[in-house]
This record gives sequence, structure tokens and C-alpha cells, in this order.
Amino acid sequence: MKPSPETPAVPGKGPALLQRVAESGRKPVGFVLNGQPLTALAGDTVLTAVLTHSARLRFSEFSGEPRAGFCLMGACQDCWVATESGKRLRACGTFIEEGMRLVTGAEGLA
Amino acid sequence: MSVRPVIVGAGPAGVRAAQALVAHGLRPVVVDEAPRWGGQIYRQPPEGFTRPKQALYGFEAGRADALHGAMAAILGKVDYRPDTLVWSAEGGKLDVLHNGAMSTLAYSHLIVATGATDRVLPFPGWTLPGVYTLGAAQVALKFQGCAIGSRVVFAGTGPLLYLVAYQYAKAGATVAAVLDTASFADKAAAVPAMLRQPALLAKGLYYLGWLRAHGVAVHQGVELAAAEGGERVQAMHWRKAGREYQQACDAVGFGYALRSETQLADLLGCRFVYDPLQRGALPERDAAGRSSVAGVYLAGDGAGIMGADAAEWAGERAALALVADTGGHIDPMRAALLERRLARTAEFRRGLERAFPFPVQWAAGAPDDLVVCRCEEITAGELRRCAADTGAREMNRLKALTRVGMGRCQGRTCGVAAAEILAQACATAPDAVGRLRGQSPIKPLPFSATPAFKQEAA
Repeated sequence: MKPSPETPAVPGKGPALLQRVAESGRKPVGFVLNGQPLTALAGDTVLTAVLTHSARLRFSEFSGEPRAGFCLMGACQDCWVATESGKRLRACGTFIEEGMRLVTGAEGLA
Repeated sequence: MSVRPVIVGAGPAGVRAAQALVAHGLRPVVVDEAPRWGGQIYRQPPEGFTRPKQALYGFEAGRADALHGAMAAILGKVDYRPDTLVWSAEGGKLDVLHNGAMSTLAYSHLIVATGATDRVLPFPGWTLPGVYTLGAAQVALKFQGCAIGSRVVFAGTGPLLYLVAYQYAKAGATVAAVLDTASFADKAAAVPAMLRQPALLAKGLYYLGWLRAHGVAVHQGVELAAAEGGERVQAMHWRKAGREYQQACDAVGFGYALRSETQLADLLGCRFVYDPLQRGALPERDAAGRSSVAGVYLAGDGAGIMGADAAEWAGERAALALVADTGGHIDPMRAALLERRLARTAEFRRGLERAFPFPVQWAAGAPDDLVVCRCEEITAGELRRCAADTGAREMNRLKALTRVGMGRCQGRTCGVAAAEILAQACATAPDAVGRLRGQSPIKPLPFSATPAFKQEAA
């Protein structure tokens, strides 16, 4: 059986891809990911906000495999994330905002 | 004609160019995609971050601080436009996108300082979550205070490989291994050329020594085989001297030095020439930075990889050329000094290429099912079959037939690898397969982007 996307890959570890190692004293920012209320920090990009809770930003339109960005500097265009209203954000170059509602669960959404 | 200079990019080259233009009484527009100046190497964290520059930039803290200060000091004398993407250009105007609104920006003279990104040669599994470029690993740490994982393998080759591994270990992340495709013998052979800049050589040796002293496994002369995982990367596999090895990890940062971001120069009509050292085509420029197009100047890593210090000198030198070309008075001694420094750096650059050589055997070892283009998921086998079935021997033909380089990244990520595969399939060298032409828009535009001006009715 294919594991659900939220299954920790490393036993005993959470699903988050990115690990905070500094600058943790910033103001919390509430946002919603796939319907679940979560907390990021002011100054997080959308990519950081999502990947400190999850291990993917989207699924590939072709293979359906999960993707989580690649270059983090606006060149590769791998990190587009959808909002609930269908808008697309480049996650590495957009800062998280209070109340943002993001979706990473739907196949084919880029 | 009034002089209306525009600088694209606010990294080391763009900032020094702006400073020199201001010093000569001009007021440039400085357009940058980032929210704050500094470029990638001296990228500033967002407002509210508190780590000192020493923690962010290490040995380069002084240079970073000087560059940040130089721009801060001229902010009242330039038209600074951060968060602004240049997505097209032609004949004296740039098309830009800012806050979702499109507009055009006219220039009389243009300094292109678009910088560089990691040079990528993929391996199976490189699209797995947790696999990033070395530059991405560094951006996560410097700009977001995050590591790309808790147990990270750094792989590929180039100076950035050891620097990022060192920065991660210093920041408290576990560096599971450093996998360098360059051998120790490569580095030893490069020492004579690198002695031209002994401080840089010393820094490189310091990072390597520090990593080893702190128990980080450093393997040189390896070949990257594959990243393994399901929902995310779980191990990295490599080969050395005919044996296979693997290392468990939850993230991989990799790259093979840098490649210049040349698409804007291409849209501007600059003439390109194949550069054997870079193993790719670069826009032509004279010693001062003048391109083949009158009024268009090229500076920094976007015109050829020379590093951050050289980018500062090239930015200033290009600005002086612009001033001189528009009838202004410049100090010829200063211009000559900058050119001498750049010439010395070019020698050092040859040494670096010797120390961290491009893995020329990469294409021959790439399996047919390797995804080369991560936008459109086109494999090495599809590219080879296209070359065999259609006789395509040129990159733009290959692109038209397979869509490689046609996806959202416009070939920025896959272009180098696709050219290597095509050259291998045609049993020729990469200089014989041409280069992907830049296409507008060079980066995707949201459908919701609105013109900030009224278009005249057709």
C-alpha cells in the first residue's frame, strides 16, 4: 500500500522537510494548509511555512509524484503552490501572510 | 538624448555599477527580483531576522556588509525597484512585473547583472522532495534560518560544495557525507593556478579541514548514482572505484559549480560565443563589459562565472564604460586597475575549473529512464531516441520535438544536462549542438497579471 503523504518517512520523525535551526523568536503567523490550521513565523516564505509542516508543495502534473521545490531562488519554477481560491503562488518568493489558505493535496495542481 | 541607465540585478555587480553611476552624476533605475539587495551570495534575510552578518556570511561578512552599506548609502540617489521581475526585453525597453502588475521600463543604456544559478546534472531520484541545489540549501539557511533536513548529504563538485557543508555543520545540522565528483588529484593539479589568490585557496582548504576534523565523511572522486526514497529522499547512492556505496539521509544538496543566467542578454540580441571553460555559450563582452549590442553592458556571474569579488569589479568597470560612452569623464587609472584585477581572476578561475572539473563522462553514465527535464518530465532515453529517430543534432530542434527546455524553467535547470545528452547521442562535443534560445517570457507570468497602463486599441 502506498503510504499516505503525511506518513513520516523516517520512523519517529515528523513529516516536515525543513528543520528550523535559527531565528525562531519571530512573531507567529496563522495559516491553513489543506484545511488544517497551522503556524508559521513572520518572514517565512510560503515554501518554508509549508515544508516545516509537510514534505511536499504540489504533485507533478505528469507523473503525479510529490514535489517540494528545488532551487529556492526563483529559477526552477518547481515550487508553485495553489491557494484554496485557485490562485498560484511561487512558494520560494512569496512571504506567508496571516490567514493564507493553501492546498497541496490535489493531483495535478501546480 | 538624455541618459537613462537601467541596471538589472542588485547583487555584487549591480550594486557596484549603481554606486559608480551615482558617483558620476547619473541616477540609474535598479530593478531586482529579490525583496532586498545583495544578490544570492550576500542575500539579506527578511526584516525581523536577528543573526549577525558574521553568522550569515562567515569569512565574507566584511564584504557583505560593505556591499549592503554601499547600496544603503545611495538609495536616495537611485530609483530602486525591488520585487520586480524583468520578463522580456527588446529595443530600449524592458517588460517588468511588480505586485502582479505589468509595465514597461525604457532605458537608454542597460547593465545586465543577472547572476547565476547552480549548474545541475541530474541523477535518478533528483526530483524527490528533500533533494535541492547547493544554492537552495544555502538560501534556506541564510534567508530562512532552516536546514533542508536534519541529516544532509552534500554532493556534486565546486567551491560551494564545501562551503555549504561547513555552514550547515556550523549551524548545527548533521552533515551525513560530502560526495565530491572531483578527485584529490584534480585539486593538487590546480594548486599552481590557485596560488594566484592564496586567500581563496586557504579558505577552501580550511572548510575541508574543518569538516574532516569534525568527523564529517568526505569522499572524493565519486560518481553520483541515485537518490532513493518514496515520499521523500531517504538515502544517497554513489560509486567509487567500481564499488557501490550508500548513505542514509533525509536531504541532499547538490550542484556542479554555477551557470550564468543569460536569458535576458539573449533576448536583447547579444552575440554569444562558446566558452570551453564554462562548457557553454556566453554573451560576448569586451574587457570593460560592453556586449555586442550598443548600450548594453554585461557584468558579474550572469556574463560568465568569476565569483563575487570579480562581480563587484566588473559591475564598476561596466558602469565606467557606460559613463565614458555617454561623454562623461572617468578615471582611466581606476578602469585599468579593475581590468587587471579581472584578468587575474580569470587565471584563478581556470585553476578552480581544474580543481573541480565538470564530470565529462556524466552523459555516458546517465540511464535512459533518468528524468532530465523536471518541468515536463522528459527522460534521457526520450532525448536519445529523438536524436536517433529524427536526426536532431541541435538543441532548439530537440526542444521543438521533445519539449525539453520548454517548461516553466525555460531550460534554466535542464539546459546543461540536455546539451550533454544530445552531444553524447550524436557522438560530438557540447559546442556542436548549439544553445537553447531565450524566449519571452523568461519566467512564467500569472494569468491574473494586469497591465498597469492602458493598451491602445488595435
